[in-house]
Parts: sequence; C-alpha cells; structure tokens
Amino acid sequence: MSSHSTTAALTQPAGGKRADKTFKAVAYACGILILVVLAAVALFLLFRALPLITGDQAANSETISNFTGGKSTNFWQYVGPLLFGTVLVSALALIVAFFVSIGIALFISHYAPRKLATALSYVVDLLAAIPSVIYGLWGGLVLVPAIFPFWNWVAEYLGWIPIFAGPASNPPRTVATVAVVLAVMILPIITSMSRDIFQQTPRLQEEAALALGATKWEMIKLAVLPFGKSGVVSASMLGLGRALGETMAVLMILSPGMTYSFKLLQASQSQTIAANIAAQYPEANDLGVSVLIGTGLVLFVITFVVNYIARKITEKATA
Amino acid sequence: MGQRIDVKNLNIYYGDFLAVEDVNLDIEPNKVTAFIGPSGCGKSTVLRTLDRMHEIIPGAHCTGEVLLEGKNLYDKDVDPVSVRRDVGMVFQRANPFPTMSIRENVLAGVRLNNRKISKSDADDLVEWALRGANLWEEVKDRLDNPGVGLSGGQQQRLCIARAVAVHPQVLLMDEPCSALDPISTLAVEDLINELKNDYTIVIVTHNMQQAARIADYTAFFNLKAVGQPGHLEYFADTTTMFNNPQNAEAERYVSGRFG
Repeated sequence: MSSHSTTAALTQPAGGKRADKTFKAVAYACGILILVVLAAVALFLLFRALPLITGDQAANSETISNFTGGKSTNFWQYVGPLLFGTVLVSALALIVAFFVSIGIALFISHYAPRKLATALSYVVDLLAAIPSVIYGLWGGLVLVPAIFPFWNWVAEYLGWIPIFAGPASNPPRTVATVAVVLAVMILPIITSMSRDIFQQTPRLQEEAALALGATKWEMIKLAVLPFGKSGVVSASMLGLGRALGETMAVLMILSPGMTYSFKLLQASQSQTIAANIAAQYPEANDLGVSVLIGTGLVLFVITFVVNYIARKITEKATA
Repeated sequence: MGQRIDVKNLNIYYGDFLAVEDVNLDIEPNKVTAFIGPSGCGKSTVLRTLDRMHEIIPGAHCTGEVLLEGKNLYDKDVDPVSVRRDVGMVFQRANPFPTMSIRENVLAGVRLNNRKISKSDADDLVEWALRGANLWEEVKDRLDNPGVGLSGGQQQRLCIARAVAVHPQVLLMDEPCSALDPISTLAVEDLINELKNDYTIVIVTHNMQQAARIADYTAFFNLKAVGQPGHLEYFADTTTMFNNPQNAEAERYVSGRFG
C-alpha cells in the first residue's frame, strides 16, 4: 500500500461515528432530565406553598388552627414540632440501623462462609423490596403488642435517663417503636452499600495488616473500615433520606402529637411531616393543601441539607 | 538475632489442588536465602507458608512441618497471629495504609492489640525503624504527611520500616523490587545486606542478578508442566548455584536458556 492511500484513510470518517453521537445525546438527555424533574418538583412545592406568604393571613391562621385544634395559628409554630418529630424519628432509626448494618455488612464480607454470605445478601436485598405499607401493618399488628414488655422494662430500669422516662405507653404507638420499624426499613440499603464497599477493600491492604500480626478484627480496623468510611457515610445518608420521607409506616404505627418532646416511650408526643401530610390531606381544603405543601417544602429543604452535609463529609473522608 | 527455619515434607494445597509438592529446605539464620524459578512454580506460595499467610485464602492449607527454631508453626497450639508478629513480610507492591501518615504507618504494627507506647518511645522507634530502612533522611521533616505521598521506592522502604518496627526474627520479602526502578532497587538491596545482621531474610525474586548479588543461599523451584505441582528442584549456596550448579534444570535456568 502506498503512503498516499494510508494518509487518505486518516481523513475518512471512521465507522460507528453516528452511534457514538447518538449515545452521547441520549446520555446528555438523561442527565438533563433528572435536573428538570427535580426543578419541577421544587417549583411545584414553591408555587403551591406561595399562598402561605402572599395570601390572606387570617384565613391561613384559621386553617392551621383547625389542623391543630387551636394550639397553633402560625405556620412556623405548626411546622416546628413536625420537623422536630421527623428529625428525631429518623435520627433514632439511623442510630439503630447504622451499627446493625455495619455488623451485617462485615459479617457478609469478611466472616460468613461463602454460601451463607450469598444467602444473607439475598435476604437483605429482599427486605428492601417489601413495600412500606407492609412494614406499617407488621409494625402495627405484630411489633406494637410484642414490644411493649421490652419498653416497659426499659422505662422501669432505665427510666432515670430522660429519654426513657416512663410510664411506657401501652399500646406503644410511640417514637421508639416507629424508630425500630424505620431502622429495619433502612437497614437493607445501608447494609448492601457497606457490604459492597467492604468487599472492595484492596487485598494488599488486608494482607499488610495481617502480615503485621493483626487479628481479624484489627485487620478490619486497619484496612477495611478506613477504606470503606466514605462509602458507609453516603450509605447512611441515603438511609437517613429514606427515613426522613417515610410516610406509610409512620402513619400506621405512630400515635401523633405536636410537642417538642424527647419522651420516646410515651405516645402522642410527635408526628412526622410526611405522615402528617398523608393524614391531613384527604380532608384539607385548598388553603389546607397549601399549608401541607409548605411543610413538604420544609422536608424537601431538610433532605437537601442532609445530602449536602453527607457530600461534604465524604469529600473530607476521601481527600 | 535471626532465627532458623527448617521446612520438612511440606505439601501446599489450594483446596484439593496440590500447588507445591514435598519441599525440604533449611534456611540459615542471619543469611539471605533467595527463591528463584519460573512463574507458577510456587515460590511465593512457599514463602507465604513460612508466616502462615497462605491460609488466609479460603481453602488453602498445607501438610508437613515448618520449624522455627525447632517449633512447628503448624502445631495445633500455635496462634497464626503470633507467628506473623515474629515473622515479618514485605510484599511485591508497596502497601502503606492509605489513611495513615508516614509515622503512623511505621507504628501500625506496634499499636496493634492496644499495646501502649509512650510518645518519646514511639518517636525513638520511628526514627530507628526509618533509619533501618534507609528512609529517615528523606522523610524526617514530613513524618506527618501521608505515606502514600512518597515515591514507589520510598513507599517500599516505608513498608520495610513498618515490618522491622515490630522487631521480627525473620523477614520474608515477596519480590520487593519488582515494581521499583533500578535506583530504588539498589537502595533496597543495600538495605537487605544490612538487615541480615539482625534478621533471617527470605526473598522471592524473578531477577537472577538480584539473587546473585544479595543472596547467600539460593533455592531453585521448578514445575514439570503447567497444572502440575511445583517443587524444590535444587538448593545450593549462591556461588554454586550461579557458577557451577550440580543440576541440569537449574543450570539451564540460571544460564537463561528457559524461564
């Protein structure tokens, strides 16, 4: 072949160029789509909540007063306890789920024999597929009656710690019980993400620790946990995000209240934003819906803040 | 002082697969013993049985005896974790802990098991280990910088410092220079020459010149065919191995005619 024809080939368009362009366009479109959807949700919340600020304030107060039986008349008074309840329940659920999830993830990735690990991974992933209404039913019908003796025991012997102050409500439709159910619900996502990251620990790091005479647990502390730290943090934040927005299970289990209370074992203390929206929505008028959407906007912002903090933590951990 | 290792009738398995067959080998204290041989002949596998690192792979096990100063490392009452504290290991690729500083890396082994160490003792130990690894002058002003920020050769010497900081009796090295440039390799080889005053050293290497330069004894491993178990073909002092080997296969290998 002459050198002339060789260089000519260089200027010919290579095959597959169109497919390359098409794929690039599709990928771009998908990326933009998610932004559009997010913006649409945010705008919807903003516009529907607008009457709270621009509308007739007397009518607003009356609506809120109707929701709360006259206890509060102002939006911030209304959303405050709801926000408190939401964060309280979710944080408790995260605390419970975090340690259990890490334990399960480490067991699957580093302790269990292969067959058991595979089976267990499967079961954990299955937990994630159960709809939350089923968790609500299970929590209301099974866990609530079953867990009372335990909470009663806690109130009796640990009641001197303010959060466990008695008497424990019976049935325990309380923050504590809801937190347990939510913990079970967010367990799968934290577990499976942590497991994946733990399994990716470089073999070289693990061997470095073992060769220094580390026991298995010391090896995990030296190599596995530092490697997995940022992944575990983002997994936890995803779990927390799910707990913050969980509606059905909370609605079906919790006996609601509108206080700033840390009495986890007593009923009618707290309510979450999401469950409150679901509970009030069917009977709300136009203005009532606006109030509820306003609370939804607050939840939206909180979720954003949580994700932002998580991102900052992860950046620091990986830097 | 280094300790001696006697390997007797060692068979090494991965699951049901016999990887290395019937190794008998005496490793002299305070000498450098090199393992050479073609890829897949089981050099690294044998090395890893000397500190019971082999068995961390699921299904991996061995039969026979590895006697450290006469005590079989595979006796039922021996704790593999204790063995690894006595027998240090340096790997093919430098593997400092990525989240730790240079100083923390050196102290990682010492800090295990909550062994308490005062700050001044720790400072002394860090300096001693890094000097021992010929790294002190290069890093003494930045001990709190991350260990992974060093060059490849420095990282490998950091790993050697980390291994000697726990005062092992034996140091196993699995191709410690294979990822290093010639200058770093020279630095590590000089270091090995000094270290043998205090430790027994066993080194796996693909580089026959390296074995000829640093080893007192050389073990040549071979395998009959791929899929067949490896075995120890010939063991001799290094001069004999490279100048006048009494074994046809070894002669062919060291003269570069195969492998």
